[in-house]
Parts: sequence; structure tokens; C-alpha cells
Amino acid sequence: MSKKKRWLSGPYVLWMVIFTVVPLGVVAYFALTDNITGAFTLQKRANVGSYLPIFLRSVGLSLVSAVICLLIGYPVAYCIARTKPSTQRLLYLLVMLPMCMSFLLRTLAWVALLEDTGILNTFLGKLGIGPLPLIRNYAAVILGMAYNYLPYMIMPLYSVIVKIDHRLVEAAQDLGCNSVQVFSRVILPLSLPGIVSGVTMVFVPAVSTFYISQKLGSTGTILIGDVVESQFKGAYNPNLGAALSLVLMALVFVCVGLMNRFTDDDGEEIVTI
Amino acid sequence: MRRANRIFTAAVFVFLYVPMFVLILSSFNAGRDLAVFEGFTLIQYAELFRDEDLLRLLLNSAIVAVLSSLIATALGTMAAIGIHNMRGKLRSLVMTMTNIPMTNPDIVTGVSLALLFTFIGGLLKTRNVMGFVTLLIAHVTFNLPYVILSVLPKLRQMDSDLEEAALDLGCTPVQAFFKVVIHEIMPGIISGGLMAFTMSLDDFVISYFVYGPRFVTLPVEIYTFTKKPLHPKVYALFTVMFLAILLVMVLMNVLQARDDRRRKAGRSH
Amino acid sequence: MKKFFSLALALLLVLTVIPVMPAQAAGGSITVYNWGQYISDGSDGALDVIAAFEEATGIEVNYVEFDSNETLYTKLKTGGSSYDVIIPSDYMIARLIQEDMLEELNFDNIPNYQYIDEAFKNTDYDPDNAYSVPYTWGTVGLIYNSKYVDTPTSWDALWNSDYSGKILMFNNYRDAFAIAQALKGYDMNTTDQAELEDCAELLKEQKPLVQEYVMDQIYNKMIREEAWIAPYYAGDYLQMSVDNENLEYVFPEESYNVFIDAMCIPKGCQNKEGAEAFINFMCDPEISAENLSYIGYSTPISAAKEYMDAEVTSSPVAYPDDETLSRAQSFTYLPDETSHLLDQLWLEVKTDGGNTTMYLIIAAAVVVVVVVLAVVLQMQKKKKKARRGGQG
Repeated sequence: MSKKKRWLSGPYVLWMVIFTVVPLGVVAYFALTDNITGAFTLQKRANVGSYLPIFLRSVGLSLVSAVICLLIGYPVAYCIARTKPSTQRLLYLLVMLPMCMSFLLRTLAWVALLEDTGILNTFLGKLGIGPLPLIRNYAAVILGMAYNYLPYMIMPLYSVIVKIDHRLVEAAQDLGCNSVQVFSRVILPLSLPGIVSGVTMVFVPAVSTFYISQKLGSTGTILIGDVVESQFKGAYNPNLGAALSLVLMALVFVCVGLMNRFTDDDGEEIVTI
Repeated sequence: MRRANRIFTAAVFVFLYVPMFVLILSSFNAGRDLAVFEGFTLIQYAELFRDEDLLRLLLNSAIVAVLSSLIATALGTMAAIGIHNMRGKLRSLVMTMTNIPMTNPDIVTGVSLALLFTFIGGLLKTRNVMGFVTLLIAHVTFNLPYVILSVLPKLRQMDSDLEEAALDLGCTPVQAFFKVVIHEIMPGIISGGLMAFTMSLDDFVISYFVYGPRFVTLPVEIYTFTKKPLHPKVYALFTVMFLAILLVMVLMNVLQARDDRRRKAGRSH
Repeated sequence: MKKFFSLALALLLVLTVIPVMPAQAAGGSITVYNWGQYISDGSDGALDVIAAFEEATGIEVNYVEFDSNETLYTKLKTGGSSYDVIIPSDYMIARLIQEDMLEELNFDNIPNYQYIDEAFKNTDYDPDNAYSVPYTWGTVGLIYNSKYVDTPTSWDALWNSDYSGKILMFNNYRDAFAIAQALKGYDMNTTDQAELEDCAELLKEQKPLVQEYVMDQIYNKMIREEAWIAPYYAGDYLQMSVDNENLEYVFPEESYNVFIDAMCIPKGCQNKEGAEAFINFMCDPEISAENLSYIGYSTPISAAKEYMDAEVTSSPVAYPDDETLSRAQSFTYLPDETSHLLDQLWLEVKTDGGNTTMYLIIAAAVVVVVVVLAVVLQMQKKKKKARRGGQG
């Protein structure tokens, strides 16, 4: 333990203050000023409340997709963790690989699959089933989110499940637990940190996405990310955009904080590649 | 039960890979349409390798990814060692700061940096703030926490007596630091750096808010591409990248397997 | 393993450092910021205009695209403006001039300006011809697929519920509001708040029928017949109709927008002379002819028509007759308050509605589940602790 070594983090702290803390201050400044006059205003920001339905929609859809990811991802992570080590490594890489590929193009592929004139509907059409509304609805947006962020769920789940000592399971069985009890009393509680970090890793990018809803959603499924993006890229109103970002950030921090209540994790661990 | 789970897992993998196969298949498509296969051709690959702009974009992405992950790895490793030697309030303060970009949605990070740069640009009275430097700064910023969070656990696992032992054995503090500490935490540094590299290479959302017209990265330009009829050579690029990443991963896998075997062998002797 | 990584890193580093020093072309380089699908790029055997320019002048072109005037404006405002040539539309040029964001052009470097028709000089947006050189002009009309849609006569076809989900709409407020204004019989440059709010209401009514608000995405959608009817620019229709012959174009019986897109140099440009060389090059009648034959828009240079196919110059879509043109209105500069109001109303249109009850139920259900889970888990934890405490 040397106090001198603390100073090694000096440049980092300086960097983070300038490029993380100060920018948040700038966001707050923009959020509280008027886009036309530049004067401080709270009155204009009151209309941020009118975006509540959109916030709710974003939170609702991303939570649903996080839950779906959990339901799909858990058995997969469990299955991977129970194969032999060399297979495990291979399957793990296969889970990771999609994350390295452009998510924009992968989402575009879903559009091609789901469109009215897309691959699936053309195929169904040949069977005499008329074009199904597969795209431009909530289900499609949820599908897009679940698809894009599923690896973020499987990875932390896998790394927690693989560490569960199999002797614990055997001990529970010896003590008379049936398989359901083994799962609910031993495996599930032990994999809780993985669940929390997985849900967080799916929820946060999903709640703020704009590309997925643009491509797979309808005109009625606009999400908060779309609104923020449009204020910086289309209409020029950085002040409203900043205010909405600030609310989004607060929302995410509250949600993540709530989720972290489930575990006693100090938040210094990370799932690494 | 187990069998059902295996089938389910296989189905999920199919789900994960079907869209990518659609794209890969399209790169061999004679037509331009993703949904209609009009015949096999390799012409898109010829087009791809003739397209300097596209390759230039790929190179730009690589430049930012390499530089930002190197800077982040150096800064982050130093920071992790510093944090490792902190206690109490100071430590939790610094850790909170580290967690901000980790927890913050990308779009908020992007927006906040964009506003900062515009603000600074306003102070400097220049209209041209966005460019290579702003992009690099943004990438280093979101890469740093990944490095720190993968180095810290290694520091915790390290036997703190090791360094003292090295000092006792006549190493200078600098030698002890590089020969022992850095050596011990190397796996953490490498995996942090690699993670930073991948994150940076694939980042769209943050780059989208801070890039300038003279230095565009591939993911950002792909976004522009997807707003209009996409030239199929982009699918060829996707396929090439898919194969490259697959190759790197398999290589890493093989090397790691060999490493593991060696270590096992070493232990049993 | 480690060696492999250091080797790989070293290799990457070398690969990286070499191209960081960009190959400087003799004439320097310029950045051109243009609409998507708005230049002849060498595909389908057409002339690659940029390559031709690079070859002729030795100036290297960095070509980037935007998808609406507002995107361009925002990009210029948010510090990413090291562009040398931009090609906004009339009303946006007026706004940029008003906000002192454009450089005055040096016409000594643009001798080809002489070819521009008198009708495109001394315009409303640039009365003194100081800041802009016309690139193209065009109209907005209805594009429809004759396989699915009966020949429409009015903009109200875009409100026809028979085509629900198959209708596309502009993804920028000026063009979108213009259609509502035409239907309502208002002036396209109205600054009257009540009239604009009225138009916003009309657009909100239309929204559930709209498949997507699009710009260049319209190409895929119309060609693939994913959508059936859309308002868009005539030139793009001409490009699209090559790929799908069922596509037709009509001028609605109400008024419609006619626009001029012109080349300008923004303040903060890096290579003004290079930019002027580019503008000059684009005004060369032969180049203009090649370029506009490909992109389908109408040329402001009559001399260029000599080099174009008669089929193009006689097209009633690209060059409508005087009677049709008499219904056209052009956009003019709107005061800041109106722009902001439009911004806000457009956002209201886009964020309006949706299936409110459904997502409220979803959100509520999920929140309830999460809270219940949290409570149960907390209780379990407490129980455990209590048990542990009791035993210990």
C-alpha cells in the first residue's frame, strides 16, 4: 500500500473530470436554458412532462425485451456452462461474435426478413398465407432489441453459472431437493449477480436506442432515443435534447440502482471477454 | 430435459445467426435486393476491393480503435494501480466516476460530449471543432472504464508481498514495478485493451454525435448508407469482416487451448 | 500468447501510422456536403462526376451526404462545419445568409456562371447573386404504384385509408407541412400560428396511415413495392422509375412546391478556391447535362439541354408545362419564430399518439413485476439474515 501510487490515477481523474463530469454540467446548462434567447428557463422545461408517454413506452418495451432476453438467455447460458471446456469456449465465442458485427446491418437484415415484401412473407405467400404484419409494430421492436442485446445477457449469465460449484448442487440433491428445488434454492440465487448485470446490460442500451425503432417500428412506436437524436440531428434544439437526455440519464441511474439492490455487489467486477 | 435445453440452445444460435447469413448470402447476390436472390456472383467482392472510400473508412475505424485503446490501456492501467491504492471515500468517488460512462446510455454520453465540444468551439470562436481529435477523445473516454474494470480484479488477486519480495531481492522500485506488478496484471491489461479495441471498432452511437466530415468511421457511414439504397458491396464488406473476426477468434481459441494445456502439463510435472 | 498480441499490436500500429499522413493531392482537397442520391456516381455506366473533377483539377474530393435541409443546418450549427461546398435548398440558403453562415463567392473563379439561365438569377433567397450558384431545380409531386393505386388527383390520396400502412411521408417539416398547407389552401410560407397548428392536426390525422416518415429510404420502399404512394421530388421519381416501371408521377390539382437547390460555400471552409473550382465545374453545360441526366432533376442551364437526350428534356415530369407550373409555389425564408414553431409542431406530430393504453399496460405490468420481485427478494434476504442471526 503506497500513497505515492495513488497519484498514478491523476491523469485519469483529470481526464474523466473534463470529459465526463464537465460534459454532464454542460448538458445541465443546456437543459436549463432557452434555445432561442439563451436565458435560464424552467418554464419551457415543464413541457418535458409531455414526453412522459414516450418515456414510458421506451421503458416498457426495453424491460419486456430484457425479460425476454433473460428467459431465452438463461437456458442457453446454462447449457453452455454444462458442456465440456473446449466446447464452452467455442460456444462462448459464437455468442460474442455477433456483438462485433455492425448492429446496423444486422437490424437491416431483420427488415429484409420481416417486411411485407420480405423474405418470410414471400415464403409464406408461396404457401398461400397472406402477408402477415411482422414489422412496424411493438413486437418487431421488441424482437429487434432482444436480438441485438441477447449476447449481453448470455455473457454475464454464463460467467456466473460456470463458476457455480457443482458440489453444491449434489449436496442439495443429497439433502432431498428435487430438481426444481435445486434450481430455485441453489442455482438461481447463486446466479443472481449475473441476472442483474445481464438485465442492466440489455435494458440500458435498449431504453435509449433509436435505430431499432426507426427501422422496425411504426410511426407510432417512436422512442425517447429517437426524440433525443432528432433534436441533435434533424431539428436543431439542443436544449430540449439536453433536457430529455438528462431525464433519460436519471431514469437509467434509478433503474440500475434499483436493480443493484438485488445483489450486494460493489460494482467493481466486470464480465470480461 | 437436458436434451430439450440443447435443442433450445441450438435454436437460439440459429436465431442469432440467421440475419447474418442473410447478409452474407446477399453478398453473393447478383441483384441488389436483400429479399430476392437473383443468382450467384462474386462481383461485389471485386467492387469492394476497388472501392477506396470504403476501405478508407475501415482504415479510419482501425486508426481510432488502435489509438484509443492504446491510450485508454496506458491511462487506465495507471489509474487502476492508483485506485487499488486508494481507500474509503476517495476510492468510491473515483469508482463512481468510472461507472458513469459505463452506466450512462451511449446516446447521453454522445450528446454530452457533443455539447461540450460545441461549447469549447464556441469559446475558441471556431466552427470546426468536430474531427479526428474529438472522435479520439470520445473513444478514449468510453474505453477507459473497461480497462480499469478488467485490471482492478487482477490487482486484487495479486499477492502484495510479491513486490516487496522483489525489492528485497535488490530490484529498484521501478524494476519491481515493471517486472512484477505489470507482469502479474498483464492478462487483465490485455483483455481490457482488447475489449476497448472491439468496443471502439464497433461504436456507432457515440461516434455519430462527435465525428467531423473529414474523418468518418465505418459504422457512422454505414448509418448513412442504410438511409438509401444500399450498395451490395457493403454486404461483401460485412462478409469479409465476419470471416476476419471469426478467424481471429478461432486463433485466440486455439492459442488459449494450447496455453491451458501447457499450464496443466507444467503443473503436473 | 503475449508475443502474439504484441506482434499483432505492433503490426496494427504500423498499419495505422502510415495512412495517418494523408496523401495530399496537388490541388489540396475539398469536402462536399450534398443530398443523398444527388450526384452521378458512375454506376450504371453514367459519368462519375467527382472522379472527372478530380482528374480535371487535381483537387481531391471528400464527399459526404445529408438527408434534409434541417440536418445540414444542424450539422453546421453543431461545430462540424469544415465543409467547402454545401447544396441546400432556396429557403435554407436564405436562412443561412440571414445568420451570416455563408461566404460570398468570388465569381472570377466561376466563369461558367454565365451559363445559368436568367430565370435562376436574382432570386428571392439570394437577390444579389452573391452567395449561391443554382445546381438543379425540381418539383414535389405524388409518386404512386399503378398496380395498387388508382391515379390520384389530389394530395388527399395520402389520407386515403385504403392505402393504410402503404403511405410514405416526408421526414422533414417544410415538405410535410407544405402538403397539408396545399390541401388546406394556405400559403406555403404562412407564418400564421393558427394555420400552422391546423396543418399539424391534419398531419396527426394522417399519421396512423403512414408507414414511415422517409427521405432517401423511399427508394427501397417504392421500388420493392413495400409502399404504394408517397410525395417526393420529381428527379428521384425519374431515378426510381428505371427500377420499377409500375411507378407513376402526378402533379396534384392543389398547389405544390417548386424548389431550387444551389451550391454555396459555408463560413469556416478550408479551401475556398477549390470549392469555387468545384462549383465552376458543375456549371459546365456538358457536365451538368451528364450529371442531371443521371439524377433526374431539372437543369437551370439551358445550354446543357443540348447535350441531353430528347427523352429527358421533353419529360413532362422534369420540365412541366407552364400551366402546371402556374400552380407551383416556392418556399421562402421564414422568420426564426416560425421555424421554431414548425420544429415544435413537427415534433408534436411525430410523437403524437401511438397505442397509448397498450404501452401503459405493458409498462405498468413490468414495473409491478419488478417491484414485487424486489420486495420478495428483500424479504427472503431478511428472513435469511434473521435465521442466521437466530442460529449465530
